[in-house]
Amino acid sequence: MSFLANLDQVFVLLQHWIAGFFPLWLQPVVATILGVIAIVATFPGIFAVTTVLERKGLGRMQNRLGPNRVGPLGILQPVADGIKSLTKEDIVPLSADAVVHFLAPVLLVIAVFLGFAVLPVGRNMVLVNFDAGLLFFFAIGASTELSIFMAGWSSRNKYSLLGAMRAVAQMISYEVPLLLSSVVVVMITGSLSTVKIVEAQSGFTGWFPHWYVFTPWGFAGFALFVVAALAETNRSPFDLPEGESELVAGYFTEYSGFKFALFFLGEYLGMLSIAGFAITLFLGGWGAPFSFLGFVPSWGWFFLKLLAAIAFFIWLRGTLPRLRQDQLMNFAWKFMLPMALLNLLVAGAWRFLGDGWGRWVICSIVLLTAYALLGRVLMRKQGLGARSYRYAE
Amino acid sequence: MLGEGMLKGLAETAKNFAGSFVSKERMTTVQYPEERIAPIENTRDFPFLIFDGNDPMAGLRCVACQICEKECPPKCIYITKSADKKPDYVGKPQNYPTRFDIDISVCMSCQICVEVCPFEAIKMDTEFELSTTDRFGGLLLDREQLSKSNEYYNAIHPTEAAEVDERLAEEKAKFEAKAKAAAEAAAAKAAAVAAAPVTPKEAPPKEATSKEQTS
Repeated sequence: MSFLANLDQVFVLLQHWIAGFFPLWLQPVVATILGVIAIVATFPGIFAVTTVLERKGLGRMQNRLGPNRVGPLGILQPVADGIKSLTKEDIVPLSADAVVHFLAPVLLVIAVFLGFAVLPVGRNMVLVNFDAGLLFFFAIGASTELSIFMAGWSSRNKYSLLGAMRAVAQMISYEVPLLLSSVVVVMITGSLSTVKIVEAQSGFTGWFPHWYVFTPWGFAGFALFVVAALAETNRSPFDLPEGESELVAGYFTEYSGFKFALFFLGEYLGMLSIAGFAITLFLGGWGAPFSFLGFVPSWGWFFLKLLAAIAFFIWLRGTLPRLRQDQLMNFAWKFMLPMALLNLLVAGAWRFLGDGWGRWVICSIVLLTAYALLGRVLMRKQGLGARSYRYAE
Repeated sequence: MLGEGMLKGLAETAKNFAGSFVSKERMTTVQYPEERIAPIENTRDFPFLIFDGNDPMAGLRCVACQICEKECPPKCIYITKSADKKPDYVGKPQNYPTRFDIDISVCMSCQICVEVCPFEAIKMDTEFELSTTDRFGGLLLDREQLSKSNEYYNAIHPTEAAEVDERLAEEKAKFEAKAKAAAEAAAAKAAAVAAAPVTPKEAPPKEATSKEQTS
């Protein structure tokens, strides 16, 4: 058992061992730098794997093979992509604001990397245990909007600007339900610290874990969070900002070479971090899904869950067509926001209704009724259904 | 209810994803350089010249009439007519092209040259692996590169080639019958004037040469 316990803490022990070679006053700095290096190495690595898995998975969903030329089964495709984007010419439009044009992708990647600082990827494996870790993450996440708008504005290109306007409108609209849907977790846990949130979900009843997703308010919150997260990261079906059929490539139309690759990296890292937070908030973070599987290292569970979340995102991308702009806005303000607000009330009721089965029934019924009613009203009045044509047919 | 269609869609893509690993007929991809499928019979890309017999230059059907050169919409055919004549497949003396170039970087594969050719001399090829490192000279094909045998034509477009061969055989038979009739007439004429001391020797050698050419 001590071997398994060591395996669970292997990265923490490694960090302490390396830091032990330095004088005492330098050790906290060295430990932090090691943590930063680990984050900066791990998540882009997952990004590289994700790109090839995504292309292969999407291919399979469309009955194609996907990339299979570079290396066995195409797994070295990201290397080829990286070399390609490094060797490509870096073009800056003559009329672009060169400084802002350069800063935008850099700021995006920096902001996204900062979000990983408060993400607990395993037991004792969090770079900074902020008391307000969740708040920090959302504050940092909101700054990606700024860099996207910088990119769109500085390019001096109508497609870039339109894409950036769309991105800002979309991201600000979905920031609200994203935040509100995670507030329920804070209400129940009583803490903004990501570590405390994971610890609050670490208990078991019989075999089953106390993950928040297995409660009515938690499930509703999780669903809202995932939809809002898709919109925040500009993933399909919310990829209007870069809708290639209308806007060439949206806000990064004028980017080429490695700056384009940085945008690509930033986008996927944003997806990884927000998926990581969905896992932390609702899926028990690094906790095992069954009590008898506790011997698997905690970081193993976290990354398994992360891969599953990415697979789900890819699955959604392979399935859903892009929304129209009015549908997008209607969905955010007329469905997501009321549901998220109602979910706050339900979470409060859950807290004060006591321990019996009554709160399960009441909370579930309230949420289901609201979902059905809101969905029906939306389908009828807000044009979320099939498009109807008055003259052409 | 809201989200029903989404779940149906997710089920559909999941079915495709799982199915692509187990069922062969779902995957229609042909992995090109390693795997190939035969082109369909009506495939066409660039024109080529047909020759009969074994010597490409001697057996070219082209008589350098230059109709294709004139009709070619992008003007990518360049022909130089020969000064001398040589016998064609039926034995008639005809001109032949001393130069026949097609610039396939200009050619638009419209097949008009094939439509207008009265001698069935130019046909459309199916060869598509024509990439070259020399984009000017490498894509200007001369008559040596363009000439391909009638057997090749039969192999790539069997139905069309069979029709062409039939038509040519018919024409040749007609020509031979005509030549024979002419020879007979000449022989009869010769017999009629046999009493006379002069012996005509024109017809028989002509027949002999035409037979030589057709074999």
